Amino acid sequence: MNGVHDMGGMDGFGKVEPEPNEPMFHADWEARVLAMVRAMGAAGAFNIDTSRFYRETLPPHVYLASSYYKKWFLGLEEMLIDKGYLTREEVAAGHAMQPAKALKHGKFDLANVERIMVRGKFDRPAPAPAKFNIGDRVRAKNIHPATHTRLPRYVRGHVGVIELNHGCHVFPDTAAMERGENPQWLYTVVFEGRELWGPDADPTTSVSIDAFEPYLDPA
Amino acid sequence: MGPDHDARNTRQAWAIAHIFAAMSHDHDHHHDHSELSETELRVRALETILTEKGYVEPAALDAIIQAYETRIGPHNGARVVAKAWTDPAFKKALLEDGSKAIGTLGYVSRVGDHLVVVENTPERHNMVVCTLCSCYPWEMLGLPPVWYKAAPYRSRAVKDPRGVLADFDVTLPKDMEIRVWDSTAETRFLVLPMRPAGTEGWTEEQLAEIVTRDSMIGTGFPRMPGAPS
Repeated sequence: MNGVHDMGGMDGFGKVEPEPNEPMFHADWEARVLAMVRAMGAAGAFNIDTSRFYRETLPPHVYLASSYYKKWFLGLEEMLIDKGYLTREEVAAGHAMQPAKALKHGKFDLANVERIMVRGKFDRPAPAPAKFNIGDRVRAKNIHPATHTRLPRYVRGHVGVIELNHGCHVFPDTAAMERGENPQWLYTVVFEGRELWGPDADPTTSVSIDAFEPYLDPA
Repeated sequence: MGPDHDARNTRQAWAIAHIFAAMSHDHDHHHDHSELSETELRVRALETILTEKGYVEPAALDAIIQAYETRIGPHNGARVVAKAWTDPAFKKALLEDGSKAIGTLGYVSRVGDHLVVVENTPERHNMVVCTLCSCYPWEMLGLPPVWYKAAPYRSRAVKDPRGVLADFDVTLPKDMEIRVWDSTAETRFLVLPMRPAGTEGWTEEQLAEIVTRDSMIGTGFPRMPGAPS
């Protein structure tokens, strides 16, 4: 979706302001939100792409005005309601009122903590040979799906070169919508700065994205 | 123009000011006390519901937080960099397959798949961003800092990397190539910074001490002893 989360190339947000000696969390609730998102994801309530999509669908003014973990919290709450794990009445009351919905991997208890400390695997067996080779010129498709995608707007329509092939990975565009893993070849595609930002751009810069095969046409 | 109109303008002005405050700082502790309390209450309520419904065990949430607070962090990435600086065979393996090479080091916490290590050279500087959200090599660097997840970095890193580097007081030679890696999939990127001159003969432990988090994102350099932080 063409949401406000797709920020590459936008102007007006000001300087980057690193915080010296930044703490891991700025409030205790941030840590609880992180833990709840990790736990409910590991228990099978949602996948990582779905959770990203719920943050992206926050209204733009809410997205921009909310801190990072506030966005995580708002996305989590909405997603769990939509998926039937809790109800708005329960959220309003602050207590469980309905029977629980079964979780695919069961309750998240202490025995599950270790398995989430390493990232999941996202590569899958290839359903078909790769269409592109390293060194091929490709054009990022001019597509604007209203649903989740990992093709940022700033590369759409532009020509780049395949630099790496990462194998076949879970396709976020379908996984986020719970339409299956639909594995696709994943490539690092590098674009010249001038191709993306015009003739006045710094000629020494280039930008790569990791692009799934359905995002690309031969060029 | 009546009192209602003025009140509405005031509310709008307040809301806009609030949005800008949040955009530049992006943490709730800059917000007023009542909003912080509201968020805290809502988060507690959600945890209560998840617990009462039997979805999560609060002790397991405590354990997740403790694991993040103690196990992951830039010290992991720093040891990998120091090893690469002192062991050419390891460096070669690391650049070929980051996850596999790091997996052979018993002393670094386990690392997931799809980690790509990119090397800075005198000709090329690498910098990592996630314009769409906040993808970051947690196991190597810990949880990302607020600036990495906030709009100024995410919006400008791909269009004006030299300008962003200036915000970090980093200046590169004008003719040096800059490559920005936008983490748009489940691959993760770690920058292998250049080993500073004057560190000949140092042990891996000494070298690991000077490898900063930002040098592994590409927004900084290793910090020599005595240099300003």
